[in-house]
Amino acid sequence: MSTAIRVELPAHLRTLARVKGEVTIQVEGTPTQRTLLDALEAAYPPLLGTIRDHTTLQRRPFIRFFACQEDLSFESIDTPLPGPVLTGHEPFLVIGAIAGG
Amino acid sequence: MSGVRVLVGTRKGAFILESDGKRKNWTVNGPHFAGWELYHLKGSPADPNRIYASQSSGWFGQMVQRSSDGGKTWETVGNKFVYEGVTGTHEWYDGTPHPWEFKRVWHLEPSLTDPDTVYAGVEDAAFFHTTDAGQTWRELPGLRNHGTGSKWMPGAGGLGLHTILLDPTNPKRIYIAISAAGAFRTDDGGATWKAINQGLRSQYIPDPTAEIGHCVHHMALHGSRPNTLFMQKHWDIMRTDNAGDLWTEVSGNLPTDFGFCIDVHAHEPETIYVVPIKSDSEHFPIGGKLRVWRSRTGGNEWEELSKGLPPDNCYVDVLRDAMAVDSLDSCGIYFGTTGGQVFVSPDSGDTWTSIVEHLPAVLSVEVQTLK
Repeated sequence: MSTAIRVELPAHLRTLARVKGEVTIQVEGTPTQRTLLDALEAAYPPLLGTIRDHTTLQRRPFIRFFACQEDLSFESIDTPLPGPVLTGHEPFLVIGAIAGG
Repeated sequence: MSGVRVLVGTRKGAFILESDGKRKNWTVNGPHFAGWELYHLKGSPADPNRIYASQSSGWFGQMVQRSSDGGKTWETVGNKFVYEGVTGTHEWYDGTPHPWEFKRVWHLEPSLTDPDTVYAGVEDAAFFHTTDAGQTWRELPGLRNHGTGSKWMPGAGGLGLHTILLDPTNPKRIYIAISAAGAFRTDDGGATWKAINQGLRSQYIPDPTAEIGHCVHHMALHGSRPNTLFMQKHWDIMRTDNAGDLWTEVSGNLPTDFGFCIDVHAHEPETIYVVPIKSDSEHFPIGGKLRVWRSRTGGNEWEELSKGLPPDNCYVDVLRDAMAVDSLDSCGIYFGTTGGQVFVSPDSGDTWTSIVEHLPAVLSVEVQTLK
């Protein structure tokens, strides 16, 4: 069984993935940060290494994950995504942190 | 008809400048990868349509791009740079051990004969290569495992491997330089390396003549004399005629011997170029007068080149990889500045004009001579 998850990427990653606007990713099994990012990278290989480290799978320091007005960045990567994300009512946001002057 | 293609890496994207052999009228194409830092782009000597680019961002990390049509279109290739084996530590600024961490690719050096083989110099300093046109990268760990590796300390810009020179007469011989470890040479294709810093003298390290610790900014060679190298060190212009076994200073009458870039004329192996910068605390030309200095004697005797260059109020820097030469009959010299200017001299440095003036800060300039 797969679940369709809406994902919003920051502008630079949309350019890299050659997509416009939101993308919808089919996730097999229980959708978590890990399974969602696995599926996202499989669908768009240029994103490999840009959101999380190739080897450790740790989120890059200036990347954040938001959904349903919550910061999920420090959740376990194996925690199921929030219900409204699973039903498609809310997107999963990949955010490039505001940094700099 | 012959022409040139100038590959410009900047803080905010890549630009491709093209002209015919007169190098008078230019087209400017870009920005490619807008908003990303392009530390370096370089074309394959074996296939000028093949170009590789190092694209990076503090947010999204390292990307490598490949073009097979002279920079018109690009394809994202592999960006997985993983150190081989136990990574260990190098020295941090405060003298403590610091784990080796990959940060970015500073320099891409395509093979002289195979467009699918490329060498990459990265920060923290290590030597990688690909043999499948950038899809996969593998470290040649002999360099990082050099006995002195744990003592290498980053320069102000990081522990970057920024210079890779291939010996056209001996595919097993490669020279590299690291800030601030120094220069190294392999004679076995990258398996083992020798520190080649004898003759360098650096007052900013406890032992000015130590085996390692010298802040080498850039090196250049002429293909017809691969045992002769020229070096712009943090301070001092140096040369060696025995493949780095011994260096001698050739700063001569330069007004300052601090700087970053150095290059060799395409047809005159004893004609070299530098852009003197005031000091390591004031990274701009003396008095705001942007000048190239040329030696036709392989160093020591230098002449100031100013015709067409900004005479005053030009407080820019020219970074280590931001000078290049073409190989047309009348050799062209190129350099880019942190003020976004790219200058060309179509006559070996006698006269200069700007190709563009308002790009983002220029990080690198390479030239392809198109026959």
